[in-house]
Amino acid sequence: MRFPNLLASVGHTPIVGLPRLSPTPDVRLWAKLEDLNPTGSVKDRAALAMIESAERDGVLTPGATIMEPTSGNTGISLAMVARQRGYQLICVMPENTSFERTQLLRMWGAEIIYSPARGGSNEAVRVAKDLAAKNPDWVMLYQYGNPANATTHYDTTGPEILADLPEITHFVAGLGTTGTLMGVGRFLREHRPDVQIVAAEPRYGELVYGLRNLDEGFVPELYDASVLTSRYSVGPHDALMRTRQLLHEEGIFAGISTGAILHAALGLADRAVGSGESADICFIVCDGGWKYLSTGAYEGTIEDAEQAISGQLWA
Amino acid sequence: MAIQVQIPTILRTYTGGEKVVTADGATLADLVADLDAKFPGLKDRVVDDAGLRRFVNVYLNDEDVRFLDGLGTSLSDGDSVTILPAVAGG
Repeated sequence: MRFPNLLASVGHTPIVGLPRLSPTPDVRLWAKLEDLNPTGSVKDRAALAMIESAERDGVLTPGATIMEPTSGNTGISLAMVARQRGYQLICVMPENTSFERTQLLRMWGAEIIYSPARGGSNEAVRVAKDLAAKNPDWVMLYQYGNPANATTHYDTTGPEILADLPEITHFVAGLGTTGTLMGVGRFLREHRPDVQIVAAEPRYGELVYGLRNLDEGFVPELYDASVLTSRYSVGPHDALMRTRQLLHEEGIFAGISTGAILHAALGLADRAVGSGESADICFIVCDGGWKYLSTGAYEGTIEDAEQAISGQLWA
Repeated sequence: MAIQVQIPTILRTYTGGEKVVTADGATLADLVADLDAKFPGLKDRVVDDAGLRRFVNVYLNDEDVRFLDGLGTSLSDGDSVTILPAVAGG
């Protein structure tokens, strides 16, 4: 495939079958390799779409400063796009994220403002909203409520999946901003009304849920529960176990959130086998494992790794 | 019938600091009522007149009960229920 520049190459990712992890010849798992995007994560799609949409609307003008709350991947994608388009980027990122995320953001020229570990991304959102109010000339693209974050998946990821896997019965992705699930989910429903749209939500250690009160809870503005068929919470033990299984059995070196998604996908596969139905289950590989090497996720026993990532925002 | 309930940090003031408690109920609504009998005040933090509070997620054996039958979800002996505040990702 040939593209005029790097940004034009975002998306167009392959879907690969997982013959060893698929339980039977009739119940098949398929991985959509979003780690093959330019910065190595699915967030390149949303970052490019949000910036292009803000340019079209005249919100982003040459030399502008973008400020965004992010646990990492969206920030890294925005940094890559911003660098090429001539914008400054400030990321508000929880301090309990992997060291590689900080390294990558700095490498692409982003400035980082850390938010407290306690409360995780909810705190980053709160800090970013405060900063936006105090700095009206900064542009907050706000991935949690920016329609372009979902529509890019409706326009690109969804059609790519349907073209490559027209027999799809289940789609499984991570639930963070909800953009991937909302966009792909809406598109697939229009073309395959019986498709199941399933969310896998990471369940972090206690620190991340250490809010001062329940009113500090956060549901992204993009979230529309009616798009989903079901939603699973996946803890670190299952996520790490599946991340390693994906590596050992299928050779795919993915990040920890992908392990959580695979865990949900395998649960659906088991259910299909149990009810004697055939299934083609497509799930998203959000990113590669590279930026989690320092967390210890891939070393020692699962229990060691679980201890090592406890308190981290691993998805 | 015994159901294990994981209590988030933020609600442990009601359970005397206990992280996991045991309660009974044929449905989630019954379970919440039983929890409130044991730990007065807990119910109001989890449900309001409209059902589950907006920023509270409840999972039955890891599945979000909003996609089951909500407060009417049936429970069985040995089930595990997890209560968590809603958090962002991305």
